[in-house]
Amino acid sequence: MPMDKEIIEQHGLSEEEYQRILTLLGREPNRLELGLFSVMWSEHCSYKSSRFHLRKFPTTGERVLQGPGENAGAVDIGDGLAVVFKIESHNHPSFIEPYQGAATGVGGILRDIFTMGARPIALLNSLRFGPLESPKNRYLLEGVVAGIAGYGNCMGIPTIGGEIYFNEIYNQNPLVNVFCLGVVKKDRIFRASASGIGNTVIYLGSRTGRDGIHGATMASEGFDESIESRRPTVQVGDPFTEKLLLEACLEIMKQDLVVAIQDMGAAGLSSSSVEMAGRGGTGIEMELARVPRREEGMTPYELMLSESQERMLLVAKPGREDAILAICAKWDLDVAAIGRVTDTRRLVLKNDGRIVADLPIPALTDDAPVYERPMETPLYLDSLQGINLDTIPQPKDFGATLIAMLASPTIGSKRWVYQQYDYMVRTNTVIRPGFESGVVRIKGTRKALAISLDGNGAYGILNPYRGGVIAVCEAARNVICAGARPIGLTDCLNFGNPERPDVMWQFALSVEGIADACRELAIPVVSGNVSFYNETHGLGIYPTSIVGVVGLIEEVDRVVRPGFRDAGDRIVLLGETKDELGGSEYLRRIHTREGGYPPLLDLAVEKALHNCCLSAIEAGIIRSAHDCSEGGLAVALAEAAILSGPMSESARGASVTLQNLPIRMDAYLFGETQSRIVVTVSETRLDELEKHCAENEVPMAVIGRVEGDRLTVGIEGWGRPLIDLPVETIRTVWNRAVASYFDEREKEGR
Amino acid sequence: MRFGIIVFPGSNCDHDCYHVLKNLLGQPADFIWHKETHLHRFDALIIPGGFSYGDYLRTGAIAKYSPVMKNVGDFARAGGPVLGICNGFQILLEAGLLPGAMLRNRSLKFICKNVFVRVETAETSFTAAIEPGRVLKLPIAHAQGNYYADPETLNELKDNNQVIFRYCDKSGNINDIENPNGSKDSIAGICNRSRNVLGMMPHPERCAEGLDGNSDGRLLFQSALDRLGLQSR
Repeated sequence: MPMDKEIIEQHGLSEEEYQRILTLLGREPNRLELGLFSVMWSEHCSYKSSRFHLRKFPTTGERVLQGPGENAGAVDIGDGLAVVFKIESHNHPSFIEPYQGAATGVGGILRDIFTMGARPIALLNSLRFGPLESPKNRYLLEGVVAGIAGYGNCMGIPTIGGEIYFNEIYNQNPLVNVFCLGVVKKDRIFRASASGIGNTVIYLGSRTGRDGIHGATMASEGFDESIESRRPTVQVGDPFTEKLLLEACLEIMKQDLVVAIQDMGAAGLSSSSVEMAGRGGTGIEMELARVPRREEGMTPYELMLSESQERMLLVAKPGREDAILAICAKWDLDVAAIGRVTDTRRLVLKNDGRIVADLPIPALTDDAPVYERPMETPLYLDSLQGINLDTIPQPKDFGATLIAMLASPTIGSKRWVYQQYDYMVRTNTVIRPGFESGVVRIKGTRKALAISLDGNGAYGILNPYRGGVIAVCEAARNVICAGARPIGLTDCLNFGNPERPDVMWQFALSVEGIADACRELAIPVVSGNVSFYNETHGLGIYPTSIVGVVGLIEEVDRVVRPGFRDAGDRIVLLGETKDELGGSEYLRRIHTREGGYPPLLDLAVEKALHNCCLSAIEAGIIRSAHDCSEGGLAVALAEAAILSGPMSESARGASVTLQNLPIRMDAYLFGETQSRIVVTVSETRLDELEKHCAENEVPMAVIGRVEGDRLTVGIEGWGRPLIDLPVETIRTVWNRAVASYFDEREKEGR
Repeated sequence: MRFGIIVFPGSNCDHDCYHVLKNLLGQPADFIWHKETHLHRFDALIIPGGFSYGDYLRTGAIAKYSPVMKNVGDFARAGGPVLGICNGFQILLEAGLLPGAMLRNRSLKFICKNVFVRVETAETSFTAAIEPGRVLKLPIAHAQGNYYADPETLNELKDNNQVIFRYCDKSGNINDIENPNGSKDSIAGICNRSRNVLGMMPHPERCAEGLDGNSDGRLLFQSALDRLGLQSR
């Protein structure tokens, strides 16, 4: 009997895709088999719209041990160690159910890392919400932050940084991207390739329930009014079980008991078994009656498509099954031998001995459709870019404008958020959240890692290519400012509906921007994730490419922070300031305008800046470094002053006098010209810095001095400064930028 | 001096305590899995922080039934020094080895930050080398650190000098603003009547190394070593 059209549609498969299935199988699939195709061919699992473009990324390099295609990427950091890292989105579930959506996002990325044999040591996240004036957005932020905290804190993995932007465009489609990094001995990296005919396939972890069925399919569609009814597609997290699973898996891998291991993430048991067999060129046969389950009466369909969390599938080394069972017993985890590896290249599923599905593995993996979807330059582009700056008035009071900028939740302190994350557990945190990048040291070595996430959708919408370039450059610049050399990158590409040609155009250009920047800066892309269908009622988000750059610091004591250090230090601006305002937070916040061209970026200039700053840091002459990004030079100076005073000491002010340039003053102070870093050096070493700048052909200007307790910014020959404010005043405003939207008691951080 | 660090399913500060004792202070230290019951070989026990049993039901409520806890009780009653940090403190309360209970923070949120605490007395193994009244900077990281005890118990704690740490400002003043979680009398740590069992919410093991320019936490471990006449490496 031919399959009902409605059923095919419910499974998110197009008519052509169903025809393709018929051709591949030479017969009608049964309902279970259709379900397997549905999840394996979903955008989420198959990358069918993006794969064609993702090939442009440079993915190799001296240090790369594992590029894209595995659970996560791996990069050599010397001392016999590797770091394993990846970023992933959990946007859709987090909008439907913020706490559990975000929590299980953390759970999923953690499993991706420890599946490779690495112990996770750092989490970061990148979040996008609509403005906090709306109660719904406050509810979403509270829920997402609590969910991330609830999961990460319980696992004992510190959340050491991240970033948040607020913009109306994310009202109906908030973004939750989570990053995790782990450390592993480089010769002990585990992969997920099922081999060894006859080897036992073992199920480990939580029992399978009816939650999250078709989660992957849900994440491959836009939203409409049916959102409430989709709540059951969101999984429920159990971080305690995940903690046990983490310890048990690391113990199993330490004793070398497995051939392959993969977590059951999106599409659960289906994707884990199929992908492991696919990579190994083998087949897998499983008896579903043996799958541990939460309730009786679950069908094979439900067992295969459930996305219950905290589960792993592994292939045991022959004869080591008992040792695996013993470790699981120690950690009180459910475990069951549910199948074996075969040489048939088929997935054979049985239920009480009866075959319920029998599919060729390649049909589910390699033969999944790959689309080169049509692209089209969007019509909105000209009107958005064509903003006439002459109609934008200059501020009368630049001090007041600075205060308004610092009060922007996008710019101001996120302490209300990160104070809910345990950012210190494991005692490796050198730079806590709230700075440009988080830094963790590697115990047993002198090394440390700086990690930064970055991405700006406001640039992406105006010029997706440049949005991609700038995301890479900013994230890299951030780790450079900490004194780290970038060694690898992971990306999370958040876009609207890929079936729309303008979205596909945005996507292709963003990927090109990221690829070009990575190539020029020699940073390989080692892992990543694509999240399409971030649209509600047909309105898509801005193209939001988030990149995570990992940088290596050879000597942990050399770490540089953004805050001013000692009175008398000279303040130096590396790089040139141009007459640029397009896409800036200043236009958005002060003039409620979004438009223009995002700042230009010359990759050769950027690269020279990185080399210059890093060589100066390595020579030990840089006392602080802070890049200019959202809010421009004035905000960078203000933040350097605000961040100068750790808890027990008083803040440091600065007197700054800028060269007189023939550009708009608001662009000078708040424009977001790229490739600029504010550094401080002691007076006696100024000439050394000059040498580093000359060698790298980086323009530098000595613009001021760290002193007093006020921030003053003036222009040469102008007399009265444009900004003259007590640091305490700007610190208070900055501190309350997010907290002020929540209740009084919390404002005090109590 | 041999330290034992008790590991429950869900403990996650066990390695941090181990790192301080073994790598920084050069002391022998062992993990004790919660199903073990032989504690004779240890001179002091540490119950580390974390989320034993996921904090499900109530913090520490399930851990108190772990096999090792009976032996921890025996060890404590025999006068052995026991330090419970964060979740360890919560477990000691649930196990009845310390008086009082923990409520959720008054903000109802998890709080991770540095706070100041005033050392109220040197009369415990872990504060013996610290001058009373000294202010320490220590991190907290908890959702349930709002210490509660009935007025009678609180009076008893005060009368017997059992309050060891109180939240304060950087000059040592106690006031409501500096109380991060709503604890009664700003209590951050207490000991039992016989002064050998100490529970505290702040994490001294997180600031023993000076990584963030702060090594105040080291003083507690150093005190325990000095008390027993043993020097660290």
